[in-house]
Amino acid sequence: MQNSTIFHSDGLESDKIDRLVVLPFMKSVDIAIKSIRVRFFRSLITTISLVLAVSFLSFTRVGSDVANGLLSTGEPALRQALIRSGYDLRPEDVSVGNSPKQQWIIVLSLLVCVVGIVNAQLMAVTERFREIGTMKCLGALDRFILRLFLLEAGIQGLIGSGAGAIVGGAFALVNFFIRFGTVSITTLSWTQAGLSVGGATLVGCVLSLVGVMYPAMVAARMQPVEAMRVEQ
Amino acid sequence: MTDSRKIVRVTGVTKSFKLGKLDVLALKGVDLEIAAGNYISIMGPSGSGKSTLFNMIGGLDKPTTGKVFIDEVDIAQLDAYELAWLRCRKIGYIFQTFNIIQVMTALENVTLPMIFAGMADDAAAEKGIKLLEMVGLGDRFQHKPFELSGGQQQRVAIARALANDPAIILADEPTGNLDLNTGEEIIYLLKQLSRERGVTIISATHDIKMLNVSDQVVWIRDGRIDKIENRDELSISIGQIGRKIGDGH
Repeated sequence: MQNSTIFHSDGLESDKIDRLVVLPFMKSVDIAIKSIRVRFFRSLITTISLVLAVSFLSFTRVGSDVANGLLSTGEPALRQALIRSGYDLRPEDVSVGNSPKQQWIIVLSLLVCVVGIVNAQLMAVTERFREIGTMKCLGALDRFILRLFLLEAGIQGLIGSGAGAIVGGAFALVNFFIRFGTVSITTLSWTQAGLSVGGATLVGCVLSLVGVMYPAMVAARMQPVEAMRVEQ
Repeated sequence: MTDSRKIVRVTGVTKSFKLGKLDVLALKGVDLEIAAGNYISIMGPSGSGKSTLFNMIGGLDKPTTGKVFIDEVDIAQLDAYELAWLRCRKIGYIFQTFNIIQVMTALENVTLPMIFAGMADDAAAEKGIKLLEMVGLGDRFQHKPFELSGGQQQRVAIARALANDPAIILADEPTGNLDLNTGEEIIYLLKQLSRERGVTIISATHDIKMLNVSDQVVWIRDGRIDKIENRDELSISIGQIGRKIGDGH
């Protein structure tokens, strides 16, 4: 780097230390976790819309899995009961697909959730202008800031959507158990249900990262002097 | 003061801001040289361009025209990485509002710049504790910022500014949010550091207490340098300074 030849070395150790600005990955994880813990309620608000949307997704997916299990028994009585409980089953259907109406509601709920995350994260970035500016004054690069926000969102996404998926899935099971009794549990394909819960968690993580992208870029591109100017 | 190396050189710097449709000229051509190891105060009323000049010297802002050299390096020529390196290793910042990162302890605040500079955790912690002891906070390094008083937070900020043995410390109104006594303590701490470590201290301020310890005072007025006074001239013209400050407000 051209610096090394131009700058005089003043500190005793300057020559020994690599002339690059770095932030080790584990250190960023450390800072991100600390930041979430200290701002627990702010993180909770950011995450809550994700929890709700993912639990809804998980609820419908696991519900379909249970319904499929019930259908696979081939008993007409269970089939009638399913139709009575709201599943649109035509005579030739052998499995419960997600109806267009249901898919539409799921997509809408996820969309609302992303908008909610963007909104909450933009607020969080504004609240942290000074912190970001200070870090930049201490030598942080744009990508350190970006990485911190992405890590925070990733961790929030994983915990939030994990919790949401499990709660939604459990709720679906309880719901079917109350209506149909033990047969709903015994006929259920647990792998399918597990995949549904896992899939919902994954979708939640992706949404959390998508939602934080724009706010994190706003934060990372900020000039240190702009950050310092903000009155708090 | 015997070291005549120019750590900061500002030549023909102007800076204009857009205020709606109006172009406001905050700096109207400033030339300034600062010798290494000095304690410099930049004085001037609010709106005089003092903060703008200060940000320019700190590499926080780029001039519209003219050049700013830090250690003979034109900062306009630096890319983002080199600027970050400069902020990390060459310059220490102290702010009016302390700007201690709230989620970290005092020690973590002090070690953060060292981590950026690539220092190992253990070495950074050891040096951080030493620095905190030096500013008189040896027993409080595990405290969070909200458990510290304003003066203590500013001491943490000073320790943090010294983390990578910078050549320059930039202090923007360091006593602005502190009471009289605490402010005085901070000023003397800065002066002591400048003497012991040979750090150049550049401070933008309204605070007349600063004049006592400054080697040089730069008066800014209306986007230009009004005059530069050295320490020996200062004591003679104290009456004049009083008048100047009266004018400023």
